[in-house]
Amino acid sequence: MIERDGEQSGWFSRLKRGLGKSAGALSEGITGILTKRRLDSDSLEALEELLIASDLGVSLAARMTAELGRSRLDGEITSEEVRRILAREIARILQPVAIPFEADASRKPYVALVVGVNGTGKTTTVGKLAHGFRRRGCATIIAAGDTFRAAAIEQIQIWGERSGAEVIAREPGADAAGLTHDAFRRARSRSADVLLIDTAGRLHNRSDLMAELEKIVRVLGKLDNSAPHSVLLVLDATTGQNALRQVEVFRKICGVTGLVMTKLDGTAKGGVLVACAEKFGLPVHAIGVGEGIEDLQPFDAERFAEALVGLG
Amino acid sequence: MFDSLTERLGGVFENLKRRGALSESDVDAALREVRVALLEADVALPVVKSFIDGVRDRAVGAEVLRSVSPAQMVVKIVHDHLIEVLGPETADVEFHAAAPAAVLIVGLQGSGKTTTAAKIGSWLTGRRKKKVLMASLDTRRPAAQEQLRVLGEQAGVATLPIVPGQMPEDIARRAMSAGRLRGCDVVLLDTAGRLHVDEALMAEIAAIRHATDPAEVLLVADSLTGQDAVGVAERFKERVGMTGIVLTRADGDARGGAALSMRAATGCPIKLLGTGESIDALEVFHPDRIASRILGMGDVVGLVERATETVEREEAARLEEKVRKGAFDLDDLAGQLRQIRRMGGMDGIMGMLPGVGKVKRQLADARVDEGLLRRQEAIIQSMTPRERRNARLLNASRKRRVAKGSGTTVQDVNRLLKQFKQMSSMMKKVNKMGNRGLMRHGLPGLPMR
Ligand SMILES: Nc1nc2c(ncn2[C@@H]2O[C@H](COP(=O)(O)OP(=O)(O)OP(=O)(O)O)[C@@H](O)[C@H]2O)c(=O)[nH]1
Ligand SMILES: Nc1nc2c(ncn2[C@@H]2O[C@H](COP(=O)(O)OP(=O)(O)OP(=O)(O)O)[C@@H](O)[C@H]2O)c(=O)[nH]1
Ligand SMILES: [Mg+2]
Ligand SMILES: [Mg+2]
Repeated sequence: MIERDGEQSGWFSRLKRGLGKSAGALSEGITGILTKRRLDSDSLEALEELLIASDLGVSLAARMTAELGRSRLDGEITSEEVRRILAREIARILQPVAIPFEADASRKPYVALVVGVNGTGKTTTVGKLAHGFRRRGCATIIAAGDTFRAAAIEQIQIWGERSGAEVIAREPGADAAGLTHDAFRRARSRSADVLLIDTAGRLHNRSDLMAELEKIVRVLGKLDNSAPHSVLLVLDATTGQNALRQVEVFRKICGVTGLVMTKLDGTAKGGVLVACAEKFGLPVHAIGVGEGIEDLQPFDAERFAEALVGLG
Repeated sequence: MFDSLTERLGGVFENLKRRGALSESDVDAALREVRVALLEADVALPVVKSFIDGVRDRAVGAEVLRSVSPAQMVVKIVHDHLIEVLGPETADVEFHAAAPAAVLIVGLQGSGKTTTAAKIGSWLTGRRKKKVLMASLDTRRPAAQEQLRVLGEQAGVATLPIVPGQMPEDIARRAMSAGRLRGCDVVLLDTAGRLHVDEALMAEIAAIRHATDPAEVLLVADSLTGQDAVGVAERFKERVGMTGIVLTRADGDARGGAALSMRAATGCPIKLLGTGESIDALEVFHPDRIASRILGMGDVVGLVERATETVEREEAARLEEKVRKGAFDLDDLAGQLRQIRRMGGMDGIMGMLPGVGKVKRQLADARVDEGLLRRQEAIIQSMTPRERRNARLLNASRKRRVAKGSGTTVQDVNRLLKQFKQMSSMMKKVNKMGNRGLMRHGLPGLPMR
């Protein structure tokens, strides 16, 4: 939309080379918009749209763009600078919630319940987490709490083998709260350090299924009144604004203590996480960047923010 | 968190009481709100832009119908255009290829492919009386093949025996020849989830497509998807060339903008909706329902139209007069109950009223059923005209008579009378608020279980 002169193309191509696959389109957009070097209302509008395109949400995108406009509208500014400013602003929102996931060693077992809507990556994340704990030498037990979905038990059992964590399972269709009870007992009797509980996917608007989760939490509380010590909500990066509802409802019903965002190895930017951070302030512990056992990384506010605005 | 579009537009049009045609500046102001509404519903930005342009062309100069407000008029134009873009209802899955016809199921990780394969298999077997074989080509996700096998068993659909270690393309060929040997009409091929930017896996799926020459390639996508929808759909179309889209998790509460994004970006029809985890939770795509949902509003104009159809003007005026005088009686209640039934029951009405999303959610549990409405009508019909005008006459023995006459119990009669009392007193309150209050606060005192 705006011509690029010779001088610009040098740093433009350098920049492009440095970009990860997920940041490509957005950064090209911003770069294209700002070769003009002047932040007028047109380019501000385009910036707003680019933030919207990364799922930041309309209102937050509008607000951030307006703030940027107020501070720099008359000055000359390079593409690089404008992205830095945006990234800094986004990172400022995310910094307070970037908290690594750690098991409190004084809890034995440390109980983490993993919840979320269908297909977001709960089971895979449990497998990855178990691997992480095992590598740090923690005795880890997995509860195969998804007794509903076809072959969910087999799936988590394979993750158990891969990570070296013992998997406690019952037959398909068994009561998930009952199984949780068994698993806790087992973890305690073996003095395991960590108990990870996988659960069946459920939409937050299904009150019957949410009640089932509530029951699991209640059962754990009876066994150890401080349990579950954490409740991790797994969000899928491709999800749009509905993620806000998911956080709201899951938090209300089962006391979510932290978030994990998966599938950030795709092209989705997961911008809704910024809106979530603002609205709920829940810790973001980790991100999923692939299907492999190593593909779980601690959440890094700055890197996430940079990727969001295309600063790979 | 989402305001209904009609409410937003109501603000825009506040000082614009019903003039003739919509001017360009009216329309532009309205379209800014439409844009926000669509973006909040997760419609992808490029699609929002072209959609808005389309609406502008239709809306500028349009006459505002007498019975509706300018805001409602714009909503109707937006809604109609949306339905057009979303495309026709096309439930059908094609099989014109020589049997067995392959149906290839593709999509991102966790979108619902395996579940959808089983649902389609079950639907084809049961409703369409087809002989179906299902095969999982997912050699990557732990227990993926086992998952399809279990689902096949539950649904009563045959699955290809699992051969550990076999590569996806080889499984596909084996499935096709097994399908031929068994005389199957359809072979459903479930595939591993893959990112649209994963070159190796996209090449793999293209090769499978080439090897099986499917009659249908269905992209299974999550209706909770945000801005990524366009890129994903375009890329799958480019590399695999799907023939249709299935949107899963339509049972969620997302506004589902992905439907519009994917349809508009690729031109591929949305064929089916997944509406739950069970095998039979598969539905035909209805563009009008999805359109209302995306706009976060009820079918306002539909309400206006249906309301004028069913409510006779004199009747309405008479009722209003009675409410004003506080003389609303059981005969009037019977009339209302009839109307509610004619307008499609509570669900129908609540769905059409703007701004009642919250009330509707609260009502979801206390669902009103038609049977109840009918029973309550019957109770009133079993009363004498005098009783209907003066409910206080109904003593215990009269109540027993009424219950017997209407085939209900005295408890039912009491419940109705209690509701009637509540309703009359609420009507007096509403009366003070004026008509607007009636809309804003929902219909008062409607019978609920
Ligand atoms: N690309 C990518 N895929 C992932 C990631 N995490 C999980 N997946 C894939 O997403 C799909 C669903 O993952 P699961 O772990 O089964 O999801 P779930 O939430 O347990 O699903 P349900 O139990 O059915 O609700 C699988 O194909 C995973 O391999 C990730 O970070 N990146
Ligand atoms: N609520 C709801 N859940 C669904 C629907 N369709 C699928 N699911 C659930 O979504 C989750 C993932 O479904 P799968 O069929 O395993 O998804 P997939 O695309 O095959 O996943 P991968 O093979 O790992 O890529 C499961 O928990 C399903 O029960 C739907 O229409 N509504
Ligand atoms: Mg799972
Ligand atoms: Mg699958």
